[in-house]
Amino acid sequence: MLKLEARSQPSKVMSLASPLIALAITVLIGTLLFAILGKDPLRGLQMFFVEPLRGLYALSELSVKATPLILIALGLAVCYRSNVWNIGAEGQFVAGALTAGWMAMQAGPQTAWMGRGIVLAILVAGVLGGMLWSAIVALLRDRFNASEILVSLMLVYVAELLLGWLVYGPWKDPQGYNFPQSIAFLPITQIPRLGGGMRVNIGLFIALAAVAAFWIFLFRTYRGFQLQVGGLAPQAARYAGFSARSALWMALLLSGGMSGLAGALEVAGPLGQLTPYVPEGYGFAAIIVAYVGRLHPVGIVFSAILMSMFYIGGELAQSRLGLPKSLTGVFQGLLLFTLLACDTLIHYRLRARRAPPSQPKEA
Amino acid sequence: MLRLELNGISKQYPAVRANDRVGLRVKPGEIHAVLGENGAGKSTLMKIIYGAVQPDEGEMRWNGDAVTVRSPAEARALGISMVYQHFSLFDTLTAAENVWLGLDRAMTLPEVTRRIVEVASSYGLDVDPQRPVHSLSVGERQRVEIVRALLSDPQLLILDEPTSVLTPQAVDKLFVTLRALAERGTSILYISHKLDEIRALCHHCTVLRGGRVTGEVDPTQESNASLSRLMIGAEPPQLQHREVKAGAPVLELHSLSLARQDQFGVDLHEIGLTVRAGEVVGIAGVSGNGQQELMAALSGEDPRAPAGSITLFGKDIASHSPRRRRHEGLHFVPEERLGRGAVPNFSLAQNTLLTRTETVSAGGWISTERVRRLAERLIDRFQVRAGGPGAAAKSLSGGNLQKFIVGREIDAKPRLLIVSQPTWGVDVGAAAQIRGELLALRDEGCAVLVVSEELDELFEISDRLLVIAKGRVSPSVPAAEATVERIGEWMSGLWTRETRHAEA
Repeated sequence: MLKLEARSQPSKVMSLASPLIALAITVLIGTLLFAILGKDPLRGLQMFFVEPLRGLYALSELSVKATPLILIALGLAVCYRSNVWNIGAEGQFVAGALTAGWMAMQAGPQTAWMGRGIVLAILVAGVLGGMLWSAIVALLRDRFNASEILVSLMLVYVAELLLGWLVYGPWKDPQGYNFPQSIAFLPITQIPRLGGGMRVNIGLFIALAAVAAFWIFLFRTYRGFQLQVGGLAPQAARYAGFSARSALWMALLLSGGMSGLAGALEVAGPLGQLTPYVPEGYGFAAIIVAYVGRLHPVGIVFSAILMSMFYIGGELAQSRLGLPKSLTGVFQGLLLFTLLACDTLIHYRLRARRAPPSQPKEA
Repeated sequence: MLRLELNGISKQYPAVRANDRVGLRVKPGEIHAVLGENGAGKSTLMKIIYGAVQPDEGEMRWNGDAVTVRSPAEARALGISMVYQHFSLFDTLTAAENVWLGLDRAMTLPEVTRRIVEVASSYGLDVDPQRPVHSLSVGERQRVEIVRALLSDPQLLILDEPTSVLTPQAVDKLFVTLRALAERGTSILYISHKLDEIRALCHHCTVLRGGRVTGEVDPTQESNASLSRLMIGAEPPQLQHREVKAGAPVLELHSLSLARQDQFGVDLHEIGLTVRAGEVVGIAGVSGNGQQELMAALSGEDPRAPAGSITLFGKDIASHSPRRRRHEGLHFVPEERLGRGAVPNFSLAQNTLLTRTETVSAGGWISTERVRRLAERLIDRFQVRAGGPGAAAKSLSGGNLQKFIVGREIDAKPRLLIVSQPTWGVDVGAAAQIRGELLALRDEGCAVLVVSEELDELFEISDRLLVIAKGRVSPSVPAAEATVERIGEWMSGLWTRETRHAEA
């Protein structure tokens, strides 16, 4: 029988290398998977790990996917570090998309004085929408001690139904041939693109700036420190006199705001209108992104890129190799699974029970 | 023939060698002390004997035969019983039901009850099997545990630090029982670090230090100093105790009453006490008599204290948060080091930020350089053995982390320092250092309030003593006038018969 034995001091190098080892194992299993499916494993891996990085256009597509993932995962990382389990980022994303979409629909002659400034107003509206949605979670948790896990998850479905009602009802485009969609937003509301005919827009820079801001917030400000103490050792936070209530509100508002911002960038960027297909699962994928990135702002950048490669790779595998698109999910799951396995082995060592006692090494 | 013989027992844990070729010989009917500091390997050795841990090498002989004990159930089948330091009783069940639950053999509840009465009366153990455990005192709970251990007629009884939760009177009672057991041929392994008790009770003593046996002696022939030398390799340093120059009142409690927060907590009843500048006030008492509740109210972690019940320099602080109280000069060292006094996964440098904010700018920015320098200063000043300011709090030994936490609060130049269990689980050297620091702080004019279960410690450092029992606090007595007997009686709540002393 095998048993796990805690290591006294987990290797620091190994914990940093863990995501890379996990990736390597994922590639290995992926190779096997393609071989079993009767496809050339090299071609298959190429779809996932080479094609998404080849050329400017591919990189632009990659960043369009990675931007919302980074933004949402940053907020979630703060939540999870504070021991607040917000798993409803998807709902906050939709709420942000709704308020931002409403703002975009107001554009017209009467907002001409704002010029391109309307984009800023749209983004702010998105942030507020996301915050409003997560504030419901915070309020119920704070006031009635309702589980934030359940409430945030359930609010995802409420947000999606609200979106459905709006695009099928009051916000439906009168000239839209009865399709469930809002009017196409005016070009002036478009998030400025970086040019070259590519879809990548300034959201990329917003995401990178947010990475820096969150790094500073977490590791250089007293507020960030307080949040993390509350997450790691609630008793120590009480001893120090940090308020658990303000930590709850802060974490939820931050992550709600970030998800809302991602939603705004999405509707006013690549989508350009509200449809029932706004929720694409970014809010859920960002949970994996946050964990694979070690809840660390810089780590999140890399894991978001990786996750986007899986998205694009899945689509390519479908269109070029005739493989099911669900391969994306398989790869995401594999990565998370191998990462957890690597982490376990970094913190514990595997020992065979009843084996002759090994010669102890002095540390 | 020996009852139990251990030869060359070794156990390696990932970071430490807990036992290194340990030998132990216990005769029938012998009360055998195993003496050692925290971390000397006593607990590991007992767990090996009781089958809870397997040794890496070495041999165990039971009544002359070589045996391998693979589990506590096997140990009990051989005739080995153990009473742990922390009781494993369910509060809502009766004593008999608790004993019943822990039995290996099938017996009906009435049978168990009858056996309990039999065993209890034959050893003079006073236990009522029908009473629910939550209504029992700590001494009574321990007797339930002992009766449970005795029910299987063991040939060897292991007691792990049995007196750490008892009043001095209850200790005497326990010793009578143990001597009676030994006279009937039961061997007893008595684990302790209290020298007086071992000298009073035990026939033979094996001393452990750093996982090795450092001596086998007859404790009745030894002095505290010689035992201490074997245990820590040196005699404990003597403390400098200067004349008290108590000043103005710093902390005053005015009949503070507070209902318990959790089901098995203790209500506080009309607690009144005063701590003056330049004196150490000690609060004695058996654990679980309201110490935790009182500390939480004083530190501000429990913000429910009624207005006006707690004053600091005459100012009402009852509703102030822990941070605000710290700004006003009240610093607190909690009894739990990991998870409350320090965040286990954070570095020592980060852990200074829990209570020290001079390294944080007004805008809330942390200066990592100043945080690191502060941690370095604390490590240096209080001789904390650690891998530098970046070492995780959980990587430190209990004593070193305690030095760091106490040092963090002392270095903040408090005007009132409240310390809960200052040397709990701390080795003798570090304990002496911490006590010395507390006295030095007192000499600088700080008011110090110490809560401890160790009477010796309180007598050593306190200027005035008072006792907490069942959520009430006794009047205070100058330490010079207090005796162990009197404080011991008070620990059972029996001070009301005596004339009330006016508060000094």
